[in-house]
Amino acid sequence: MYPRAFEYIRSQSVAEALGHLSRLGEEAKVLAGGQSLIPMMKLRLAGPSYIVDLGGIPGLSYIREEDGHIALGAFTRHREVEESSLLRSRFPIIPEAIGLVGDVQVRNMGTVGGSLAHGEMGSDWGPVSLALNAQLRAVGPGGERRIAAKEFFLDLYTTALSQNELLAEVLISLPPPNSSGAYLKMVRRAGDFAVASVAMQMTVDDGGKCLDVGIGLGGVGLTPIKAVKAEAALKGEKVTEAVLRNAAAIAAQEADPVPDIRGSAEYRRELVKVLCYRVANIALGRIRGEAVEGGYV
Amino acid sequence: MSKEKIRVRVNGKDFEAEVEPRLLLIDLLREELGFTGPHVGCDTSNCGACTVILDGYSVKSCTMFAVQAHGKEILTIEGLAQDGKLHPIQEAFWDNHALQCGYCTPGMVMSAYYLLSRNPNPTEYQVRRGITGNLCRCTGYHNIVKAIQDAAGRMRSKA
Repeated sequence: MYPRAFEYIRSQSVAEALGHLSRLGEEAKVLAGGQSLIPMMKLRLAGPSYIVDLGGIPGLSYIREEDGHIALGAFTRHREVEESSLLRSRFPIIPEAIGLVGDVQVRNMGTVGGSLAHGEMGSDWGPVSLALNAQLRAVGPGGERRIAAKEFFLDLYTTALSQNELLAEVLISLPPPNSSGAYLKMVRRAGDFAVASVAMQMTVDDGGKCLDVGIGLGGVGLTPIKAVKAEAALKGEKVTEAVLRNAAAIAAQEADPVPDIRGSAEYRRELVKVLCYRVANIALGRIRGEAVEGGYV
Repeated sequence: MSKEKIRVRVNGKDFEAEVEPRLLLIDLLREELGFTGPHVGCDTSNCGACTVILDGYSVKSCTMFAVQAHGKEILTIEGLAQDGKLHPIQEAFWDNHALQCGYCTPGMVMSAYYLLSRNPNPTEYQVRRGITGNLCRCTGYHNIVKAIQDAAGRMRSKA
């Protein structure tokens, strides 16, 4: 299987890459780790005339804590995220989820920004970025702008990025005390995109009241989905069994699954309900300081 | 379409090539440079038979353009044996009957090599997670996992 022939452009800087994208227009595609783009090109689902490779640009790969948030450079590989002790201590949900992206070899090549910009419905970065209310910093010819994760995923493989913009950085506000999160993903085979996945990040007070919560759903719609109604059903409530069950049922209704060979719409809704309930209990356990495992169901 | 000049080091030897940008790394290795150890299995980034080590990290060479490997160092299965002596991972695969048809073996061995370079003493679960990206259609996983743990022991006792 071979991609269509294309012109290859190696960029040395972000400014140079942006110049190429503006000049070449719709015929150009950005190459980061290539773990989604190259299979699509080989299957001829994508056939760009120009490839603008970001691989040679220095300074796009980092994970750091600054000014009350965590900043992830767009070219950071999934492996670096999975192995980051900073993320493990601040946001256990992130390495837990990103350790399930594809397989070892895919995580060695694939990047944070590439995955988000690809906009796959069943990705792991999608629901996690929604649960954490990540801000995505995009750069374009006119400067930069920040896009909230919930405004980012527009349609099937379609994001809010313009053709001449690049995703440069992912910003996540540091959590207040008594916060934690978890990720659960249902697949039939290790390494697959999610049949359904739920990411949740929660903050509670000492009395067990939910002060804040973010819920992201993967694999159950044309895009990753932020379960805003389920969030509203939890926020401000004392997190009881009944409140949790109710929020999970609401999340299932917010899912809009496309049936395929891996699962019917009904099955996927049911999965959202079960995973949402379970993932909340894992997050709550972690807030209490318990070592609870999430990950694959 | 204009060709790109690239330079790669494979198993300690430098090579230069002029390639079409769409040339996949696996085909640079197999067709242009003669390293036929890495295999093309699925060609869709599932099976891992094409796995090689790129600057210390395992990658699927069917899901990478040769131009992306410019200036980098590649290790293939051919680079493991030293002076005619098999690498301990290869010996352990042999002794534990960790291959039947052998098609997946070059990729399995390179994934094992990467895993053990990061974690010299993996649990059975960690070995299984470590070879998630490699499929064996003879379903010989049991002995493959055994071989990787055996190899880990051999490499630790040598170190």
